[in-house]
Amino acid sequence: MIEIHLILIFMIAAAIIAVAVKDLLSSVVAIGAVGIGLCMAFLVLRAPDLAMLQLVVEILSLIILIRATIRKDLPFSASGRWAFNTACTLLFLSVFLTAASIALKNMPQFGSPLMKVSKVYLDEAVPKTGALNVVAAIMLNFRALDTLGEATAVFAAVVGILAIARKRPRKDDDAR
Amino acid sequence: MMMRGNEEKGMTFIVKTVTKLTLGFILLYGIFVGLNGHLAPGGGFSGGVIIALSLVHVMLAFGKETALKRLRPTFLRVCACAGALLFIFIVMTGLGKRAHGFLGNEIVIPVSEMLIVGFGLFAIFIALVLMTKTDGQTG
Amino acid sequence: MTVYLLCLVLFSIGLFCVLRKRNIIKIIIGIGIMDYAVNLFLVLIGYRAKGRSPIFATGQEIGNMVDPLPQAMALVSIVIGLAITLLLVSLAIRIYEKYGTFDITKINRLKG
Repeated sequence: MIEIHLILIFMIAAAIIAVAVKDLLSSVVAIGAVGIGLCMAFLVLRAPDLAMLQLVVEILSLIILIRATIRKDLPFSASGRWAFNTACTLLFLSVFLTAASIALKNMPQFGSPLMKVSKVYLDEAVPKTGALNVVAAIMLNFRALDTLGEATAVFAAVVGILAIARKRPRKDDDAR
Repeated sequence: MMMRGNEEKGMTFIVKTVTKLTLGFILLYGIFVGLNGHLAPGGGFSGGVIIALSLVHVMLAFGKETALKRLRPTFLRVCACAGALLFIFIVMTGLGKRAHGFLGNEIVIPVSEMLIVGFGLFAIFIALVLMTKTDGQTG
Repeated sequence: MTVYLLCLVLFSIGLFCVLRKRNIIKIIIGIGIMDYAVNLFLVLIGYRAKGRSPIFATGQEIGNMVDPLPQAMALVSIVIGLAITLLLVSLAIRIYEKYGTFDITKINRLKG
């Protein structure tokens, strides 16, 4: 499967650009490119539900990120103990990748999944629920409590942001 | 967008005319994707985010003041809370021996998902827009 | 196995950005990159070579579909990732109003 490797290399290149560039607006545009690349990867991996959701979620988070970064400048910072920090981070990441590549040898081969639970779901999706989309049948029927947890998480985020963004009733000029 | 000087007036006349023509179609497409989740790719969450994007489209094209006169924040909060209460009602009454049929699973749950996600996300967007008043001094 | 390793390299790029950068918006971008990498890893586990998408059409049979269960999990994860990004951005805007900067080494005064 050469397409998955090409899309992943494009996403890694765009992510390196997003991390390394000093201008904030360019970083936000580069992470938009990573999100669109992920949408293409979901289409190649035969997941149309996820591709649709990833596209609209990417657009909304780009709008909100641009609203946060516009007209605010980036501090050019130089700090002490720079070499020690970078060396420790790179050492930690190389240990993580080595351990991951040892652990990946025990996983099943890419392209042949073990479908012990999904076989039951695929066999009785149409007789028991009558829904043609198996992913929607799992989320609305077999595992509806997970959907309740997800709706609760979104609702908690909405309430939290409305509480953070409330204008305070007393005047707050002395706090600046 | 909002960073130029004419943030009360919104965008140019061409953008406003095209927005008036296509707004109903985007809203209808969002409701279609949300309600047909059991037959085609989509579902309640995709439909809710598309509805939120159509309302954000209105706000970006017409400016803050005009959009907030038509879509009041109280209405958005009531819709989001109604979606959450509807979901809790379905889960609590379905925990017994009998399960809800087609009406409960394929219509009420996606409608409550769309209400929470769509109107909740747009309320977040309004809160983030209205939050800062002293941007010009430090920017 | 190289596909899984490339996915983990993307995750470690995001982790490097969270650990090393001093601007809050860069940290939010790093958390977003880690979110994308984890969702991609979930969908990569359930892929079947030359498979079909898990939607029943007329006249098709079951035997060749990709795994639908990791897709349902990744769908939940994408929506919760959006909620996390929105919450972090609102916190960042509020911090900028109070302290006047995005630099995390200067945000260490306990002001009321």
